[in-house]
Order: sequence, then C-alpha cells, then structure tokens
Amino acid sequence: MPRPPSPSIPEKEFLFSSLKESLRLDGRQPLETRTPILTFGPDLGWVECAMGKTRVLAQVDAKMVKPPPERPLEGMITIHSEVSPMAGTEYEPGRPSDEEVNLTRMLDKVLRRSDAIDKESLCVLAGQRVWHLRLTIHCLSDSGNMLDCACLAGIVAFKHFRRPEVEVVGDEVIVHHPSERAPVPLSMHHTPFCFTFAYFPDTDTAPVIDPSYMEQRISAGLISIALNAQKELCVIQKAGGVPLSEEQVLAAIDIAVNKAVALDKLVTKRLEEDWKGRKVEVR
Amino acid sequence: MSSRVEILNDGGYRSDGRRQYELRDISIDLSPRGTADGSALITHGLTEVMVDVFGPKEAKSRGQSVHDRATVSVEVGIMPFSTGERRKRNRGDKRVLELAASIRQTFEPIIQTSLYPRSEISIFVHILQQDGGLLPASINATTLALLTAGIPLTDYVTAMTCGVHSTTSLLDLTILEENDLPHLTVASLPRTGKVTLVTMETRLHAERVTECLKIAGEAGKILHKEMKKAVEARTQKLAQAMEMAPKVAVVGGGSGGVGDVEMEDEMDT
Repeated sequence: MPRPPSPSIPEKEFLFSSLKESLRLDGRQPLETRTPILTFGPDLGWVECAMGKTRVLAQVDAKMVKPPPERPLEGMITIHSEVSPMAGTEYEPGRPSDEEVNLTRMLDKVLRRSDAIDKESLCVLAGQRVWHLRLTIHCLSDSGNMLDCACLAGIVAFKHFRRPEVEVVGDEVIVHHPSERAPVPLSMHHTPFCFTFAYFPDTDTAPVIDPSYMEQRISAGLISIALNAQKELCVIQKAGGVPLSEEQVLAAIDIAVNKAVALDKLVTKRLEEDWKGRKVEVR
Repeated sequence: MSSRVEILNDGGYRSDGRRQYELRDISIDLSPRGTADGSALITHGLTEVMVDVFGPKEAKSRGQSVHDRATVSVEVGIMPFSTGERRKRNRGDKRVLELAASIRQTFEPIIQTSLYPRSEISIFVHILQQDGGLLPASINATTLALLTAGIPLTDYVTAMTCGVHSTTSLLDLTILEENDLPHLTVASLPRTGKVTLVTMETRLHAERVTECLKIAGEAGKILHKEMKKAVEARTQKLAQAMEMAPKVAVVGGGSGGVGDVEMEDEMDT
C-alpha cells in the first residue's frame, strides 16, 4: 500500500508556526467550525453535507424484512460507508485503510449504537415484519474532518427520512403509498453530533476544532467527541496520539457541548426550511 | 435497557463480590516464550491476554519502512474459544481491526521509535479469554511485553475501564457489567498523569465523565505499581544470572585473561 505523500518540510513548518500564533490557513479561529451546508435531494432521506470542500452524501432507504429470531421486536439498521478513491489520493479500493476502518466504526457507534433511532418503533408485526433501514454514506471529497461531516450527513438523513405509513389488519400489512397517506418520520431518541479536535506535537499550540486536510495530516493526535444537545456524551474516541492531561480532555468536551447546541439549532432550522418547500402529500 | 443481573446490591457489592473500586486479581507472567523478543501474559480476573513482541527488526517489506523511525504493527487474534459462544472472528472484522489500530496508535508515540530507523516492531496480541476489559488488558500486556523486549518507552501505559451505575462509578468491569453500563476506557501514563487513550461507546452525561477520568487515572497508578513490581522481579533474576556468568568464565579460563577485559568493554558500550 503506498503511503500518502506527506506534506513537505517547509509546508509543515509554515503551518506549525502559523498555528502557534492561532492562525489558520482558511482564516478561522482555532475553535471555529466550518459552517456545514446541507443540501437536500429530491427524495426524502437524501442529504449532502458539505463542510468547506469536504463533501459527504448520505441516503436512507427502508424496506420490510423478516426480523432475525433473536430480536423479533426490533427493526434493523445497517450502515454502509464507502470512501471512493475520488475522495482523495490516499484512498484506494481494496483492503480498507486504518482511517476507513475508523470512519466505519465511528459511524456505527455514533449513529447506531448510541440508540439515536428507536428500533422498536420500526417493528410492524412482531416476529414477522420489521423495517430495515439502510444508510449509505458516500464520501465524495476529503478536505479534512470527514468523520464529522459523515456523522452529520448520516444523522440529518435519518431526520429527513420519512417511511411510508403502514396499517396492520389481522395478519396482513398494508403499506400506504405516499399519495394516499402522509409518510411518517422516524422516531428518534436524540440527535448525536460528532466533533473532532486536532492536537499538535508542540504542546504550546492550541488545539483546533474541525481540522482541515493539512491540519489533520500534521496533527499528532485527534479526539472525536459525539454528543447531543442535551449534554449527553455518546462516544469519546481518542485512540493514542499525543498524551493529553485530564483538563485538556474535559476542556474539549466543554467546547463540544456548546457547539452541539448551536449545530442542533442549525440542523433543525434547515430541516424546517426544506420541509416547507416540499410537497410530499397529495391531497 | 433492562438488566437481569443486579449490578450493585444494597450492601454495596457487585455481582462478583467486589466493592465499587475494587480491581480484579491481576497476575503477570513475563517468562519468555518461543522466539519472541518479549512476551507477557496478563490476567485481569478471567480476562487473559498474551502479547508477543518481535523486533526491532528489518521491515518486512521495503515499502513499510520509514527512514527516520521504526514502524509499529499490531495484529490482534481473538481466539474462538475465548468467549462463551464459540465464534470465529475473521481477521477482517472491523471490531478487531479497530482494537489493533487503537493499540498501535497508543504505543506509537510512547515507543521511542526514532532510535530504530527503517525497522519494524511487530506486536501480536492474543486474546485467550475475555471477560470484559479487552482493550485495557491488551494495552497493559503490550506495555509489559515491550518492556521485556527491551524496547525503550517514555513511560508505562496503564489502562482501565470505569463504568457508571446510576450515580456511582465502578472500576474494572466484567463483561456482564460492560454490557449494561456506560463505560469509559482510559489509558494513562502514570508518571505524567496524562491520558493517551479515552474511548466511550455508550450514552453518558457530560458531568459524570470528570469523575470517571479521575478514578480510572488512580487505578492506572495502582496498576503501574503491580507492573513495575513484576518487571523489577524479572530484571533482578536476569541480573543475578548475569553475575553468575563471568564467575564461570573465570573458573574455566584461569585468572585475569584477555577475554575478561574484552567482556567488560562490551558491557560498557
């Protein structure tokens, strides 16, 4: 496997020295995220999230399946994530790299294992029919911090998605077409958002949130924190990298708490705007 | 989430009879095994992990070697007999890959890799029995195996899990507790008190994390003592064995030969 080309020495030195003065190449403050741009597609559950030049496409679809015997009362959720070679030069098809494994695992933890979606509400007929939600995440371009972007795209796609209304008469399940009955949104317990901080080898340099591609490459350690607007942490992931003191970890959590509240507002606003301009029900 | 087991009973005891902050029995075996340069077997209660370290040695393929430091590669094998239900996890399993990646990323900054340019240090983690705390046990065992291999580290790495049951925190969870409680795994450096690895997978209020981090850090210091004791005992044995060696040479080769001087020279360098 070819290693991705590392940034050249002058490039690194320039970045380190500018970061030391709390200057970032894209003019952001160290603790300022890029404002995500959410674009909704023609279908429900089709979301494109762009943070700067990082772009991720998420799509949700649902179909009815027979549940596995060990969990007859729960719906199923699967997440397919794919980093196409188009996203950046270091990605290539074949055996997934560490970064891709991390992305898939984090998506799984943030979106599925954090119980964001009420799986029991996806059950239609116990032991017979449940909804199987499939979230497909396509990473279109990587300009740093793809994880946060993918998590955001995924969770917004779930929020945007609406499943067809169903009716159970005896043992028969009737699925209503959207033109007959309005599709219903998924029942969700909470909305987790992920925030990534990058730390640098020089301990005097302040950490940055939402690192750009270069910042991520020269960083000596990342910490990803997923949490919801209710201050509940869902995932903390700091796998190695530069050692941090307890205070630094807690400081990062504090910042993430505030960012989550702001991001939650933005997402709610965008979803409302989209819903107003959309005509789903035909009456 | 309905729990079938009582996590903490009214008397303040856990399902296996431990107190809130009580750790499970730890046993450490540093005896050499096979051709590995360093190996360690650690048990935390019923969790048993064996780690073998090979290297520093020439990198397997030229493409993997880095010109100014050693590369660290980690492979994790979860034995099919390690759990109740016998299940074979293939090597491509994402969970296993993630475990390996976490161990590698934890140790890369701790090992003084710059001392061994263009070489490779391979770490093989074998999980023999699992009863909760897989990642911490693997990290502790890896630290010990690296030490027995004589690879310079900047510090010990000690890891521990800390769970939260309603408002009380528990240390060193078994698999029963791990399935029911939100828990935090913390790997810390006992000398500086800094943390290198923090992972958490379940929902937990932000205010509980502070306490967890602190308690897990304390537990790390206790572990450090145990690990240090084991390493020192091993080194003492080695030192004794080395003291024996020249005596034998003197008896065999007469008094004050040239060979002895050469031996000392070698020791100095």
